[in-house]
Amino acid sequence: MSRLIGYSILTIFAVVTLIPLYWMVVSAFQPPSVVIAFPPRLIPSPASWLNFSQLFNGSRILTWMTNSLIVTGTVTISNVLLGTLAGYTLAKKFFPGRQLIFWAVISLMLIPSQLTIIPLYALIIQLGWVNTYQALIVPALIMPFSIFLMKQFLQTLPSELMDSARIDGCSEWGVFQRVVLPLAKPGMGVLGIFTFMGIWNEFLWPLIVTNRSSMMTLQIGLNSLQNQYYTDYGLLMAGAAVSATPMIVVFLLFQPYFVRSITIGAVKG
Amino acid sequence: MIGTLLNILHTIKKERWAYIFLIVPLALFSIFNLLPMVATVILGFADYFPGGSPLWVGMSNYTYALSDDLFWKALWNTMLYTMGVVPISISISLVLAYLIFGLKQSIAQAIFKSAFYIPVVTSGAILSLVWLWIFNPAKGLLNYILSFLGIGPYLWTSDPQMALPSLILMAVVGGHGAAIVLLTAAMGSVPTTYYEAAHLDGASAVRQFWTITIPLLRPTLLYLVVTSTIASFQVFTQVLMMTGGGPNYATTTLVYLIYTDAFEYFDFGKAAAEATILSLGLATIAVIQYKWLSSDVEY
Repeated sequence: MSRLIGYSILTIFAVVTLIPLYWMVVSAFQPPSVVIAFPPRLIPSPASWLNFSQLFNGSRILTWMTNSLIVTGTVTISNVLLGTLAGYTLAKKFFPGRQLIFWAVISLMLIPSQLTIIPLYALIIQLGWVNTYQALIVPALIMPFSIFLMKQFLQTLPSELMDSARIDGCSEWGVFQRVVLPLAKPGMGVLGIFTFMGIWNEFLWPLIVTNRSSMMTLQIGLNSLQNQYYTDYGLLMAGAAVSATPMIVVFLLFQPYFVRSITIGAVKG
Repeated sequence: MIGTLLNILHTIKKERWAYIFLIVPLALFSIFNLLPMVATVILGFADYFPGGSPLWVGMSNYTYALSDDLFWKALWNTMLYTMGVVPISISISLVLAYLIFGLKQSIAQAIFKSAFYIPVVTSGAILSLVWLWIFNPAKGLLNYILSFLGIGPYLWTSDPQMALPSLILMAVVGGHGAAIVLLTAAMGSVPTTYYEAAHLDGASAVRQFWTITIPLLRPTLLYLVVTSTIASFQVFTQVLMMTGGGPNYATTTLVYLIYTDAFEYFDFGKAAAEATILSLGLATIAVIQYKWLSSDVEY
């Protein structure tokens, strides 16, 4: 009996949580006249692709998606590699300045991004980087959290593994490449997912440094779509649905990594 | 003295690879994180326009920001939003996590966790578009559903009284995935012997929840309260896309105020001062919550 109550409560909440996304998909696949009909039709009539064809003809959504892929892909690869390199150095090498650097990383990780974007924007203007990939990519090539996460992860590796590789004549770079990198893979997977989701969904920074439609990321493109077609909800929901699909697919494919990225981020530092 | 210096130099030489490995990450980190943070604090004491040179004005950005009614309005809105979102969503997450954890089949657990997590991977821009449609006063789904209960219709985001609660409602409906994953993981680490003992003593499920589960989950709950307070304080995307801070400044939050001051009015000095105040405020809140919630953990 109590199990039945549990299932019922969970199901009700799950339905409420997913209704917005259900409604997005339903509205996207209805012809405009049906979308704005009142009362709304909760069960869709046969699917129509009209909103999607208007979306692809009337906006640059494919350009935005390509931009998002380029930016997110580059930033993710860079954070995973540089984060592993810096995290390994801070976890396993004992050199003067190590504590200072680690504390700088932790402090910067905890401050809100609004504290850095104003001078960063001034810098981007000085460099003439407004509406460029550099502006979207370079400031995020290595983020404090990436260093922190990989340091926490690599700390648990036994140092004997690296020492014995050194005794066998391995160079320092060789130790990193042949011993640390293979062992770091689970941590790198978690960091990769974490960075990918964060950068793909990032809003404030790309909003500030892009205003030309051809350079917008998907999120900023959706914002411009909203300004342009604010009454055409069918088209807007088609845009939202197209934009939501890649991230949901990534989530369903890499679900275990997502779960670990949440729990590992909460480990007491 | 010279001996220690030589020692340090020797260690530096011996560990030179550490510095070589750190050159690229640290250079990027310094240019794009460390220096901008310092620069923001300095800019707070200057009048600055991109491309110009800073003019030192002492504390006047701070006195200007703090005497601006809109700053206090934005602070109040941000606090109302946070106090609406954090307690409600953590309570709901806790109940849902407890129910999911109690399910016997691990497949059912996984399905529910995924269902609650999907809105979390959906961006704020997407959710803003979807919720604008749901909130639409004339044709929206929400007014339609409420009409069956004889409630409404409401203007939602267009009504000064309802705009902020609308944003809270939106955050509360979608934001449980991460908390549920964390809480169910923490519940898994509670020794089952505690529950068995309580069961033998005749404690009900509700009583076990309050006297065993909640106290043992305290570190996780603390983490959730601190992180979700910080996240709620920085609410921005929904405000920009759904209300533009209105109507009549009813949804102007601190980050939105900083954004408009910096990137619409190009008053970088004032915006830098406001950003510094926000960061100090967030740090203070985190410390207070940490002290208050972790003070009497006995387990």
